[in-house]
Amino acid sequence: MWKIFNIEVYKIFRRPRTYIAFAAITALIVIIQLGLYVDGDSYVDFLMSGLKDSFDFQGKILNGYLVCYILLQLLLVHVPLLIALVAADMISGEANMGTLRLLVTKPVSKTSFMLGKFLAASFYTLLLLIWIAFLALAVSTWLFGTGDLIIQKNVYVVQISQDDVFWRYAGAFAFAFLAMLAVTALGFFLSVFSENSIGPIVATISIIIFFTIMSTMSIPLFQHIQPYLFTSHMVNWKEFFDEKLDVSDNVIKGSIQNVQQLYNSAIVLGIYIVVFVSGAIIIFKRKDILS
Amino acid sequence: MTEEIIQVRNVSKFFKNAKAVNDLSFSVQKGDVYGFLGQNGAGKSTMIRMLLTLIKPTKGSIRIFGNDLATHRIDILKRIGAIIEKPDVYKYLSAYQNLALFAKLSGIAPTRSILMDELKRVGLSGREHDKVKTFSQGMKQRLGIAIALVHEPDIIILDEPTNGLDPQGIADMRNLILHLRHERKKTVLVSSHLLTEIEQVATRILIIDKGKKLVEGEASTLFDPANTIIEIETANNENTLLKLQESQWGQYIQPISGHSVKLKMHKKLLPSLHQWLVQNGVEIISIIPRHSLEDLFLQVTSGKNYVENI
Amino acid sequence: MKLLFPFLVFIFSLNTVQAQDAATLVSKLKEKLQKVHDYEAAGVLKTDVAFIKAPAGKIIVYYKSPDKFTLKRQGGISILPKGGMNVNMASMMSFDYLAIDAGEAIVNGVNTRVIKLLPKDETSELILSTLYIDPLKLLLQKVITTTRSNGTYEMLMSYDKYASYGLPDKMVFSFNTKDYKIPKGVTLEFNDADKADMEKMKNKKGKVEISYTSYIINKGVSDALFK
Repeated sequence: MWKIFNIEVYKIFRRPRTYIAFAAITALIVIIQLGLYVDGDSYVDFLMSGLKDSFDFQGKILNGYLVCYILLQLLLVHVPLLIALVAADMISGEANMGTLRLLVTKPVSKTSFMLGKFLAASFYTLLLLIWIAFLALAVSTWLFGTGDLIIQKNVYVVQISQDDVFWRYAGAFAFAFLAMLAVTALGFFLSVFSENSIGPIVATISIIIFFTIMSTMSIPLFQHIQPYLFTSHMVNWKEFFDEKLDVSDNVIKGSIQNVQQLYNSAIVLGIYIVVFVSGAIIIFKRKDILS
Repeated sequence: MTEEIIQVRNVSKFFKNAKAVNDLSFSVQKGDVYGFLGQNGAGKSTMIRMLLTLIKPTKGSIRIFGNDLATHRIDILKRIGAIIEKPDVYKYLSAYQNLALFAKLSGIAPTRSILMDELKRVGLSGREHDKVKTFSQGMKQRLGIAIALVHEPDIIILDEPTNGLDPQGIADMRNLILHLRHERKKTVLVSSHLLTEIEQVATRILIIDKGKKLVEGEASTLFDPANTIIEIETANNENTLLKLQESQWGQYIQPISGHSVKLKMHKKLLPSLHQWLVQNGVEIISIIPRHSLEDLFLQVTSGKNYVENI
Repeated sequence: MKLLFPFLVFIFSLNTVQAQDAATLVSKLKEKLQKVHDYEAAGVLKTDVAFIKAPAGKIIVYYKSPDKFTLKRQGGISILPKGGMNVNMASMMSFDYLAIDAGEAIVNGVNTRVIKLLPKDETSELILSTLYIDPLKLLLQKVITTTRSNGTYEMLMSYDKYASYGLPDKMVFSFNTKDYKIPKGVTLEFNDADKADMEKMKNKKGKVEISYTSYIINKGVSDALFK
């Protein structure tokens, strides 16, 4: 399996299309950072407009931590597309190139083959997220400095002390990796069914869009199934950015408001990953390679 | 008795309602160049894919090196090299990178010099580091051969290896097969619809049609150069026939059919016949030696004569 | 009838005396507070609003007579009620006013005199200021202020080490808040909130508590700090 993993990682990073994702992410993040650098105060005024009738804010609201949060909110909705480009190509791409039939005739078990490929796709996902973390967090804090993080949720505002923020980002990125791994697993699963990459890529993105719509619409019918959709859980990295209060309504530093929600979401995402990958392996082992 | 290195017993493969391979049994002996023949859609590629575990048989058993393929897949595949139709490799990698990658997958870790030697051996010297997307079909085929051979397999399986090759490429492939058999002592299973090529290299032949075996046997007993059919088309076939009947060639004459005069004789007499015809003023339009294998093939696949296990 | 006139004179005199007492009390308090020309105070600020979860943070408060005041958080962000929080005691009384005695009240277990200050300037931003003064210790226990732009707010003080300067150890600043509304497109959260949370958010009172840990009094404060 590790032999396959090494070979697959080598192949992934030899293809120009892999770097498109990194370039696209970089361009997006840089443009947003530039915009905020030039005109961030106006954006902050807009963000805070709901509160400014009652409150004055002193201190650096527009800091690297807030910029990172804004970037994650915008990007993590679109990163699945970039992941699908690689994950949904893992098997179908080989079939399309005609290399699948040569690979399967090599003395490697089909299970190891599939696991090695999935791990390689996961590694790509991990590197993509690390790159996002570097640009969104490290570069933003370098450009904008650090400070307390103020986040507006639907019904309340959360302010997190700057010395209480970093570990939350570490947790959020780890959770986001798990969420993106679910996307990777879905793309990988769909890749088994096709001999060209376009179909699985489009199918992966379509499913994510469809499920995301179902996850976000407040229709009673959808609300029954929302807890079971992986897209409902993918956004819960945000739970790292909410704090508990004690009985005197004092913020408990280092706390997470809804830890159980995080665990539940992580478990749901983990189940989806296992189901998709297992399904891909079982189907591949039974499949006739006719390409 | 020579060891049977591949044993296929009552193998069938059904796709939905179509029987691609139907209760097929055959065996390949060690050192054979086993010619696997059939029309397009006869089931050759399906059978080869089953040998390479790309496809699972619906019924039957396959044993290679004395072991069941289903349960000893990895051990068996370590000793097999294959080219399946047009060999496709990674176009965005170089020849060297492709070969190194597939060598690793085959379970070996050859040094740089070994890989370079392999590429030189297949005539890719000087192009090792060029991206495969710049290669011609023949060069890709040669790279495919290097990949199939790099781990020194005991069996080489070639499925339609001459597809897309020019005459020189076809000749090179023929020479390779002969080299593999005679110098490197490999067992080769080659499927093709180019009868002339198979005829020149095969030691044993299997002809299938609609997934069923029609003929299997030693090449020497299936087609004999002494029984070559010579078809002669002339400006006046009747006149030519009369002249031949009165000559030493009369013993070889076959019943006339169509627009040509047929003789059945040893292939090596053809130059003499040609010379005699010219000397006797026969205006030759064409003179074509019809190979016995082609005859046999057409005969069996047209359904006129099924001959089992000669 | 013969007794009515002297009675009315007596009542009027009493009021006059009490009015004088109110103004005098305020003046005395003002005089005490004006002994502090400047200070630098360290403390902890906690914003307590139903729809804001904010951690307590260390602050430094600077005051310079007569009306320079600034609050700086040491790193981080301060969320303060609109209109600023000029919680300086002396500034409560730094305008032309008419002092009216409004009786007595107990605040924090202390008997206080309730004195209403009406600004004489009718265009003043300040409409009314009600002071609850401990007459014995000359300490301002509570102030309720109504302004034109920022509504009504209340300050509740408690004293300890710095009582002699009239500087509180703890101050609670209470105010009204407007509904918190934000478009979902900003939060990108599309699930409705917990019902319990929603109920809690309806509380429209907010508080800011400052607990002072130390004062540096009359040692000089640079004007640059107030820019």
